[in-house]
Amino acid sequence: MKIAVCVSNVPDTATKIKIAAGGKEIDKTGVTFIVNPYDEFAIEEAVKTKEKFGGETVVISVGDDPNKEIMRKALAMGIDSGVLLKTSETLDSNGVATLLAEEIKSGDYDIVFMGKQSVDFDSSTTGQLTAQKAGFNCVSVCVSLEFDGNNITAEREIEGGREVVKTTLPAVITAQKGLNEPRYPNLKGIMEAKRKPLAEKPLSAPAPLVEVVELSLPPAKAAGKILGSDASAVPELVRLLREEAKVI
Amino acid sequence: MAKMIVAVIEQRDGKIKKAGYEAASTAAALASKLGCPVAALIPASTVENPEKIANYGISDIKILNASAFANYSQSGYAGAIVDQVNAMGADVLVFANTAMGKDLAPFVAAKLNAGVVADATHIDDEGGKLTAIRPIFAGKALQKVVPTSEIKVFSLRPNVFPLVESSVAPAVTTIPIDSPDLSSAAVEIKKAGEKLDVAEADIVVSGGRGLKDAEQFRLIEELAAVLGGAVGASRAVVDAGWRPHSEQVGQTGKTVTPSLYIACGISGAIQHLAGMTSSKYIVAINKDKDAPIFSIADYGITGDVFEVLPPLIEELKKVVSH
Repeated sequence: MKIAVCVSNVPDTATKIKIAAGGKEIDKTGVTFIVNPYDEFAIEEAVKTKEKFGGETVVISVGDDPNKEIMRKALAMGIDSGVLLKTSETLDSNGVATLLAEEIKSGDYDIVFMGKQSVDFDSSTTGQLTAQKAGFNCVSVCVSLEFDGNNITAEREIEGGREVVKTTLPAVITAQKGLNEPRYPNLKGIMEAKRKPLAEKPLSAPAPLVEVVELSLPPAKAAGKILGSDASAVPELVRLLREEAKVI
Repeated sequence: MAKMIVAVIEQRDGKIKKAGYEAASTAAALASKLGCPVAALIPASTVENPEKIANYGISDIKILNASAFANYSQSGYAGAIVDQVNAMGADVLVFANTAMGKDLAPFVAAKLNAGVVADATHIDDEGGKLTAIRPIFAGKALQKVVPTSEIKVFSLRPNVFPLVESSVAPAVTTIPIDSPDLSSAAVEIKKAGEKLDVAEADIVVSGGRGLKDAEQFRLIEELAAVLGGAVGASRAVVDAGWRPHSEQVGQTGKTVTPSLYIACGISGAIQHLAGMTSSKYIVAINKDKDAPIFSIADYGITGDVFEVLPPLIEELKKVVSH
């Protein structure tokens, strides 16, 4: 099987967001970038799928030089090689998906894994957009995956349960926490990752379909009332919930 | 600036979801502001009372009907919606950003070469441009965006857009979808019991490490049950295996917007706050008075959860009936 995993680098989830001058992007000064947490499940599933069925695994990322660092992490976890689709421009989901779909089609992949959403822009759209543009089937928010030849039985998380989906290869699968338990790269993996091939393809950015007008911080919520420090505050809490907030 | 707006309505087991009515109500309000026609599309095998959509301002209600549509199919639903949108010449599509809408809206958008604005919390016409606001970084920042494509797709965060009653006469038509594309289709739903999902609940009671162990979560379950709400959890207790990931609230879990969020024994890591700050009312119970959760709570009790929760449950039992 030819297996791709697409990864995105995102600000560490502990980052306090500040707006950059210009008002459309975040201020990246001092921000640590990490592998998008959901992409770790995608990397693990790609490695596991190769271990089970054989083949080749490739990590693909859209972005600039800093993305190489997170791609090396995927290589250290066991992915064979990498392709950086290189652009210094900020793309919308459609732009990212367009570049990924072109690479996936030309690379003759059978299956593509990625995280169910990146925790920066939170759109949860790139997987489905990429699948449609590449002419692949798609299962998003996947928590269980089984193959039988070309047939896929997957479970995706929905409100109050799981939906069992049947589809076929080629397919894009977007990973949700619970799909697997990502391995930690060991020292051997980290050493090997340095020697694994990581190609760069300079590309020009497709025109965006969604323009960012402005980025702002949400209005700060005023701290409320401390009603007490023990159970004696309970009647007052219940009264306020009923009479002031009117939520119960 | 808009030729026709279409609301795509979600049903499960033939029942229209609340988020579906929110999509209808929002689409109708936009259409009335822009002076363009509006229609509702419901992919389904059967729907109970489709005419109820007319209560929220949409008269033209079309059921995209196939027996295979009893279950969700990304390829099947998308194909039927795209054909109908093209036939009607609609250029603005409104979905609900539920598990189904999240999966479907981008797939439909890609087929229509449309820009997709996912998880919007506000949409309006600003100077002739449909403009949306969407929270990013799990709510740590707000992005104002304008889709520039000819066809525009929006998906709405559930529980945020108002249901505005505005009755019109319903005109329900059924459009048979012959041989839908079922290359990807759900065949079964495995329910995790009859529990209310944390992302859909109007009241959420969440527990954190302050509960000490998994067994003590029965206090959280009991409080949630008394209020008719759902159970949520912090990342720490999910990672510890006390609770399933489906209950996790925060940046790597679910973002919730209930009317009431009660955080018990949760200190309020930035990732957790991001996932629940936009709740309408927040109650925090934590013995650490310096816990960050108190900085965003409307009402706080700086006490031990084990001392505060049992009397709170008893007190609420007396006053709440549902």
